[in-house]
Amino acid sequence: MKGAGPAVCLGNDIDTDLIIAGRYLRTKDRSVWAEHVFEDLDPALAARLPGSVIVAGRNMGCGSSREQAVIALREAGVVGVVAESFARIFFRNAINVGLPVIEATVPCTDGARIAFDLEEGWVEVDGKRYPARPLSERMLAILRAGGLAACWRACR
Amino acid sequence: MSTLSERILGAPAGAYVDRDVDIAFAHDGTGVLTLEALREMGVERLPRPGRLRLIFDHIVPANTGTTATLQAELRAFARVSGIPLSDAGCGICHQVMSEGLVRPGMIVVGADSHTCTAGAFGAFATGVGATDMAAIWASGGTWFRVPETIAINLSGNLSGAAEPKDVALTYVARLGMEGATYRALEFAGEGVRGISMDGRLTLCNMAVETGAKAGIFYADDLTLSYLADYGVKASPQVPEECRYERTLDIDLDDIVPLVAVPHRVDTVREAEEIAGTRLDQVFVGTCTNGRYEDLERFARIVRGKKVAVRTLVFPASRAVLSRAIKTGILADIVDAGCVVGPPGCGPCLGAHAGVLGEGEVCLSTANRNFKNRMGVGGEIYLSSVATAAVSALAGEIAVPEVA
Repeated sequence: MKGAGPAVCLGNDIDTDLIIAGRYLRTKDRSVWAEHVFEDLDPALAARLPGSVIVAGRNMGCGSSREQAVIALREAGVVGVVAESFARIFFRNAINVGLPVIEATVPCTDGARIAFDLEEGWVEVDGKRYPARPLSERMLAILRAGGLAACWRACR
Repeated sequence: MSTLSERILGAPAGAYVDRDVDIAFAHDGTGVLTLEALREMGVERLPRPGRLRLIFDHIVPANTGTTATLQAELRAFARVSGIPLSDAGCGICHQVMSEGLVRPGMIVVGADSHTCTAGAFGAFATGVGATDMAAIWASGGTWFRVPETIAINLSGNLSGAAEPKDVALTYVARLGMEGATYRALEFAGEGVRGISMDGRLTLCNMAVETGAKAGIFYADDLTLSYLADYGVKASPQVPEECRYERTLDIDLDDIVPLVAVPHRVDTVREAEEIAGTRLDQVFVGTCTNGRYEDLERFARIVRGKKVAVRTLVFPASRAVLSRAIKTGILADIVDAGCVVGPPGCGPCLGAHAGVLGEGEVCLSTANRNFKNRMGVGGEIYLSSVATAAVSALAGEIAVPEVA
């Protein structure tokens, strides 16, 4: 699985409350989460997300188990998340909703051209390649299917 | 020779295993997405609904028409699918689980990050997302990576005004917010014996604040006698020699009242250092510190006095509330000028009651102080119940002197 897009750089310990605040959770309307994504971190961030690859530091997605956080990123048009490390529930949620996530330590400048390949396990920043931790076959199968629910129908 | 997590999951650390789960629950917040995912999966019938549970706790009673409609949908689903429902007023999912539902050796998953709380009973308990929960409801099990384990070796005894919450803040500060990511924290050492079940629940509750997958105690005589009060028979779990990834030694004799300062739970100061910090609100409750022992401790400190700042007390469950009424401590709390809320998560996540205004400062007994969590522009400090109680009386952060 490959993906590419301009980088949106974030720091360490981006918690799920910062990705989507609790006050926006009580709805089934997914566009609400996309609209308010990262509002408490930087209200201007959402506009830069369509087609982008988020590059975060350590412990990306720590905190709540709220799956709305990964749905919000996907709905906002994020094509993948590269981070030095992920909080475990966020990581598993991302796979389950079909949002590519990959662990790698890469330099980040906003707008840099990021490309990644989940199967081969690498991330490129402006053409320079860095190693990334490969995903398990099971995780790849879920991502290829477009998420766990789709995989449930297709993979069984 | 295995850690307790390895023993329960039946494989060595690092292995991937598929396991049936003994209990799988969601709440009103995550249940809605679980239901959506089940529909997307095309699942109509759930095997063994008796092992599943829906617990309304995050926004109870409903605060808006939208919330009410979502809860009604879940209620109808519970009725049709045969899933037991703990409706508004029953209490916080983790407290409901701790009232006789979780037993030693069980595998417990909850669509809530603080599911690790149930590790206090010697169960392997961990949080998952809503889509994972849907697949678990549909199949009865899921895959786990067996975690490496960090031992939290407790020695000595808590004394003075220090509480298990101060121990939790100690290990969170020492490990850091990602220091135990993907690991289990196993609480071991002779100091464990002096920690009550309510205290063990508090210690396991905050494991996820270090990134851990689980926090776990071995079931001992205290566990068995606690469970016996709920009519549950269980056997003790005897620790074996095993390999820990690392060991963190904590001498309980050294623990003093602590406070996590905004906006990180691993940024912890001695209460003494920040005494005098102005407060607008004190909040006692949550899955960390809303149990009977907590309310009793709070009542003992505020009894016969008046709080100097708006103070919210939310019992963690109906059983806790009922006991607090019967023993009279609830009257002490009300007479001291506190607002008593319905059993549930209440103000912790800023979606319901007790939301903070711009610039307001709250001292809370919860487990998270992320930026804006309780309201945009608010600041959250985290402490034990005793520190919250003396601070409520003072109207500013104060240091408890007597436990």
